[in-house]
Amino acid sequence: MKRAFMAILKRDLAVASRAGGGGELALVFFLTMVVLVPFALGPDLNLLSRIGPAILWLGALLSVMIGLDRLFQSDEEDGSLDLIRASALPLELAVLAKGLAHWLTTGLPLALVSPLLGLLVALPGEGVLPLVATLLVGTPALSFIGAGGAALAASLKRGGLIVPVLVAPLTVPVLIFGVSAANAAVGGTVPFLTPFLILCAISLGAIVVGTVAAAVALRSAE
Amino acid sequence: MRRSRGFYRAIPRSALDERNELERICGSAGLKPALFQPTSLHVEDLACRRGGRLIFEGLSFVLRPGEAIALTGRNGAGKSSLIAMLCGRLRPDGGRIRLGGSDDEAELAEISHLVGHRDGLKTALTARENLAFARDVLGDAAATPDEALAVVGLGHAAELPAGYLSAGQRRRVALARLLVSRRPYWLLDEPLSALDVASQAMVAGLMRDHLADGGAILAATHGPLGLEGAGEVRIGP
Repeated sequence: MKRAFMAILKRDLAVASRAGGGGELALVFFLTMVVLVPFALGPDLNLLSRIGPAILWLGALLSVMIGLDRLFQSDEEDGSLDLIRASALPLELAVLAKGLAHWLTTGLPLALVSPLLGLLVALPGEGVLPLVATLLVGTPALSFIGAGGAALAASLKRGGLIVPVLVAPLTVPVLIFGVSAANAAVGGTVPFLTPFLILCAISLGAIVVGTVAAAVALRSAE
Repeated sequence: MRRSRGFYRAIPRSALDERNELERICGSAGLKPALFQPTSLHVEDLACRRGGRLIFEGLSFVLRPGEAIALTGRNGAGKSSLIAMLCGRLRPDGGRIRLGGSDDEAELAEISHLVGHRDGLKTALTARENLAFARDVLGDAAATPDEALAVVGLGHAAELPAGYLSAGQRRRVALARLLVSRRPYWLLDEPLSALDVASQAMVAGLMRDHLADGGAILAATHGPLGLEGAGEVRIGP
């Protein structure tokens, strides 16, 4: 069972890292968005550094979402979802492996490059680590809430846009607490730890609920 | 020498010894050894409805170990739907599917191989990686990916991404999945489509070996399977 879990995880990482796998797509989108914002807002450094954490969080959220529709759809289309269904591994664990692989190839790299992009929005030095921390614990929630939505759209032939539409409202709490924790570190009104711990709780909850929901959706796909 | 030798060479030594021992005992008693648990598949009064339209109803048959059934019927008769029901992707709209015999608890999907219209290959991964994935996910490992590829005549293509293979070659990689993991039921949907004559004979050989091992095969097909003594279930008129 562990073997099947690792096989799914390894395969998804390999597919994402190969050409056209979409692993780098989220990163490029994140970069593009954060680079464009200062051009739109103008060179007001105070304004940029005040809204910097929010821009980075919003960029990360949208970047995670753009590749999400392919999470199960590509497996459904080429028939490898049938292989996974035929495994003795419970579908919940298969979803967990796929969600984990999705986070490792999107959320984790986004969190790791965010200090670099923080420079572009004049993020103060003391805000960098808290920002990375919030992205690290917050993006798993995005991957797994997204997995639930992606599973619903797995059997839709052209369900591309429906996944972000389904998922975006559910990610509002993640965005609120993620941004408020990141803001707290650069002089917000609330202490850092309160929203940060709530963010952790949301992520843990999302991993469980998203996994079970996606498995249910995949079972009743037709 | 039978084509299956390459396949059995792949089975771990202890399993091979066990099988030889079994063959010896059974041979002296005039019996044929079975590699699999003797379970039979019962389909009873099955009905299928797609999009509100009745596709078929009252379908009943029994698939016993060592038997093959060719599933025939015109396009749209519900052959693929029946296979989807058997592997649990579609819910029956009437009747039931059950496994008889000692393996009562097992889910059919977990003891059967499905090779359907979609080959189940990731185009970005090599043929070998695809088979290694199938082997790990399906469990009951038998032949290694390289051995299975050699049996289907694609030993030279192991390093190629599946996206570079032709339709027939992809189908053969999908069929090689039958060898990397040992499962008693083979559910095949048009297994011979896109295959050349030599490959069709190769697949027929694999199916004969599987039946000889006590496995069972249900294959939706339009042409002859190349199996003597295969039963036929016809859906629709």
